[in-house]
Amino acid sequence: MTKRRFRRGAVLAAALVAVAAGPALAQDEKEEIAKYQKMIAEGSPAELWELQGEDLWKKKQGPKNASLERCDLGMGPGKVKGAYAHLPRFFKDTGRVMDLESRILYCMITLQGRSEKDATKRLFGNANQPSEMEYLVSYVVGQSRGHKMAAGMSHAKEKDAFEMGKAIFFYRAGPWDFSCASCHGEEGKRIRMQDLPVLSEPPGAQKAYTTWPAYRVSNSQLKTMQWRINDCYRQMRFPEPAFGSDATIALTHYMAVLAKGAPYAGPGTKR
Amino acid sequence: MNTKLIVPLCAAAFAAAPLAFADPTADEVAAIHKRDFHKRGQAGMDRVAQDAVQRVCTDSHNKPPADLAKALEGDELKAIPFPSGSLIGDWKKGERVASGGRGMTWSDDPKKPSAGGCYNCHQLSPKQPSFGTIGPSLTGFGKKRGSGADMQRYVYGKVYNAKAYSLCSNMPRFGSSGTLTEQQIKDVTAYVLDPSSPVNQ
Amino acid sequence: MAGPMKARAKMQGSYADVRVLMNHPMETGQRKGSDGKPVPKHFIQNLTVKLNGKTVIEGEISQAVSRNPVFTFRVGGAKAGDKVEISWLDNKGETNTTETAIA
Repeated sequence: MTKRRFRRGAVLAAALVAVAAGPALAQDEKEEIAKYQKMIAEGSPAELWELQGEDLWKKKQGPKNASLERCDLGMGPGKVKGAYAHLPRFFKDTGRVMDLESRILYCMITLQGRSEKDATKRLFGNANQPSEMEYLVSYVVGQSRGHKMAAGMSHAKEKDAFEMGKAIFFYRAGPWDFSCASCHGEEGKRIRMQDLPVLSEPPGAQKAYTTWPAYRVSNSQLKTMQWRINDCYRQMRFPEPAFGSDATIALTHYMAVLAKGAPYAGPGTKR
Repeated sequence: MNTKLIVPLCAAAFAAAPLAFADPTADEVAAIHKRDFHKRGQAGMDRVAQDAVQRVCTDSHNKPPADLAKALEGDELKAIPFPSGSLIGDWKKGERVASGGRGMTWSDDPKKPSAGGCYNCHQLSPKQPSFGTIGPSLTGFGKKRGSGADMQRYVYGKVYNAKAYSLCSNMPRFGSSGTLTEQQIKDVTAYVLDPSSPVNQ
Repeated sequence: MAGPMKARAKMQGSYADVRVLMNHPMETGQRKGSDGKPVPKHFIQNLTVKLNGKTVIEGEISQAVSRNPVFTFRVGGAKAGDKVEISWLDNKGETNTTETAIA
């Protein structure tokens, strides 16, 4: 019988402490960060969210006592496999371009008969109070693992959403004059030690868009794209964007279209 | 009906139609912000309305025409309330302002002082490895450029309103936005210029 | 109630690479809750790994390990089709277990 002491948390801490030894070790820092990212990419707790999400997807809920199994994510009612890779897209039944989260919300309200108040009770969870939406999102995106990103660009409204997303990306406002491009518009930049992908070009968009939603180690929680956009605006010192609004969907669509062709690798893990 | 004629006419009509047919107007972009954002905490809706600088920089993709930039920069510079006397405060306090990142968000308490978040974008003290690269390195700034009255005015002015020096700079206007107080900016100026500051060791 | 657990095991040459994802708050007892009081200790103390029913690893882990731990290890003397069972026991006496076949 082998007795082993497992101090994974402490091991990680040791690696990070070694990093803080001085700027002359800049290349070592990069290697350590890369090692850390490789470590967290292998085996994401997000897979646990996927399992629970599948259960919730199949669970009968709401006044109509229905599951979400007839939800149409764009490939027909009930088709989940590969559906996320084709989002955002135009939906005839609502007459608008929708992302995954707004579509799940729509299904919770129409299929299950739940009120908007009930369905939006906790959209962004935390470690102590998880969000149903986050479990459902994890399950659905996991079903697109390996599928090539192919957000809709054939319908006029899809093209409108792409152009609007681009315009929003470059819109400078707020007390600090930030736009998304202030941080995500130039190659080779980072905030503190966090590398910033250029989201307005395919390489950066592909890398970022195929690894969100993600289990975020710093929050011990799975975080979705709607959350990521929301928290960006908070840090940009803007007021809050509405969940599933046209503005947030347009931004998502802009990145999704630029990410076209890249295989989906999520749900991922982030720092 | 001569079908042969109709087809080429249709083709001509399509060829004449604009290819990039979905570019939103500036008004539409402003409107979607007004409609889809809402006030939360101290972050009010005034924040999504663009001022002249933001509008010019957005419309010109941060490359404004030279004469317009010069004129607007001049206006911004005139509006900086430079204090009289030395602009060098306490670098120890300045280090805290530079290292801290809180303030001005919807989750921050507006009654508490904000910080400058300088390390988010800049390298400063050579001993601090956790720095961003959105802005240039400021390591040794005071050592290289001295800390005379002109340099004090430049650094203070830059922190107060970076747009007075480069209209579409990425750097926020920490003074004119009400983020940092006069004393905090003097302290940051000291952090950058004071010969005994870690930045200049 | 114990959260989900998921394991994956794959032969890599002469040994099997095993990866287990565990849902657990791993409270150290030092973190303060929203009421300002410390959140009580609640963490996995023991990990047991069995290969085809025989115990091969018995581990003690401490509250230094972060929430939702991921445990990766190698098992020698294993072959494809063997059953790997991983279980944990926390300081409150709660347990969970999962099993997977080596691919």
